[in-house]
Amino acid sequence: MKSREYQQIDPKALPTPTQSPPSHQHQAVGDDGRTPRRKWEVFPGKNRFFCDGRIMMARQSGVFPLTLGLILVTSGLFFIFDCPFLVKHLTSCIPAIGGVLFVFVLITLLQTSFTDPGILPRATPEEAADIERQIDDTGNASYRPPPRTKEVLINQQVIKLKYCFTCKMFRPPRTSHCSLCDNCVERFDHHCPWVGNCVGKRNYRFFYTFIVSLSFLTAFIFGCVTTHLALRAKGGKGLMFALQESPVELAICFFSVWSILGLSGFHTYLVASNLTTNEDIKGSWSGKSGEAVTNPYSHKNIFINCCSVLCVPMPPSLIDRRGFLPADEPAQTSGVDLELPNPSTKSDINVVGGSSHLVLDLQKSSADFSLFLNQTKPAALPA
Amino acid sequence: SSKFHNLQDMQHTASLVTKVFIQRDYSEGTVCRFQTKFPAELDNRIERALLEQTVKTLNSYYVEAEKVGGQSYLEGCLACATAYIVFLCMETRYEKVLKKISGYIQEQNEKIYAPRGLLLTDPIERGMRVLEISVFEDRGSSGSSPSSSMSSCSTAR
Repeated sequence: MKSREYQQIDPKALPTPTQSPPSHQHQAVGDDGRTPRRKWEVFPGKNRFFCDGRIMMARQSGVFPLTLGLILVTSGLFFIFDCPFLVKHLTSCIPAIGGVLFVFVLITLLQTSFTDPGILPRATPEEAADIERQIDDTGNASYRPPPRTKEVLINQQVIKLKYCFTCKMFRPPRTSHCSLCDNCVERFDHHCPWVGNCVGKRNYRFFYTFIVSLSFLTAFIFGCVTTHLALRAKGGKGLMFALQESPVELAICFFSVWSILGLSGFHTYLVASNLTTNEDIKGSWSGKSGEAVTNPYSHKNIFINCCSVLCVPMPPSLIDRRGFLPADEPAQTSGVDLELPNPSTKSDINVVGGSSHLVLDLQKSSADFSLFLNQTKPAALPA
Repeated sequence: SSKFHNLQDMQHTASLVTKVFIQRDYSEGTVCRFQTKFPAELDNRIERALLEQTVKTLNSYYVEAEKVGGQSYLEGCLACATAYIVFLCMETRYEKVLKKISGYIQEQNEKIYAPRGLLLTDPIERGMRVLEISVFEDRGSSGSSPSSSMSSCSTAR
């Protein structure tokens, strides 16, 4: 068994010591010499990847094509029908402003939809086994234990961390599991069908900029269309005739202005109080349970809250989409275990499945460690 | 306890015994921070002070990466004004600090952990959930099985 692991190290693939960690060096090349696979190809969540892992969305894209279509159609009609008239009668700034807003909206929409919202990768089999061992130490392993929670103290407030059965880890604070995408997302706000993605820590600022700029755009277009109609109606033929000429734009703008302005206002409130939609809907900090709870994440200052939500350094993506799979990569913990109806056999199968993954991973780690030792310069040896 | 003085000795005999996980410390909120509590399994493998120093240095790197200050406000506003396209072109501050962290972990492994038969895994490869420490046992130096040697070490204390 031990000799086998050393045969898998390809001497030609040995890098210089300053390169990235050893696990990235073995690539999961198939026996038939297939091209190495990237990690996004075996990603366990319900996501779709494009451009070889650079772009990702939820598998259910929802009404994202509709959102895109509405924006394009409305803006297109605006530029084609309203702009010439208004440039002639008013000013040529109008298409310029409209153009800037339109580009802004489109870019932020695409960034919201295509960015990783802050997905937490699932726990490795050894981590899951370690956590289960810690939990079983305190409880009885023969029957299914009660929902697992862990309490932590944040800013002198007790917060309960829940155990995620799919991802096999205790969720960090403000993290929630999205059932549509089957992923735990950090600072989970909501799953937005309009953008076809979850909104979480990494793309909330794109989402917020998107809805604010969209409200400006729709309000601007609505204003321009109304001005256009007013000028035309004054011109002679009356309001009703003018209305017949641009019903589509007017209808879309009228209905969307109020809803998008409302949404922007709501999210501005959330940003100012450092809340997520999820927490607001559940009423986590409103003291419904009778205790005096306040939001422990709020800095009690509107400006600081806004900055800490919108101006923090952009966190990195934790799922390494474009990394290559190492050789002998065991499958990540998947949610398949949850479909078993019998709770007593579930814990047995978890352990059995986990231990076989553990054996495979232990072999891989031994190979990693030996490779690491091979790389280390002799000068680094202690005297 | 088994102290390794020669890395070459370990090359052909090292085998993984277990992995010890240092969990996240959420007492200060959602910032990235690892617990400085010393895991009992490493009692006879490494000095407490060394591990604590490593974890504290890592924590300070993460604080630097996530710091919200005057510069990050400016960067945030500028990024917003360009519809965040700058994120596609430039390396973010967090990514720069992550590179520093990976260099630091590599250095710590070479100097401190590998000689003691341990290996740190960069938390970014575990989704920032845990700091994973792989514990290796040199079968050549200790004749008995790993679990019994560890328990005998703990009773000898």
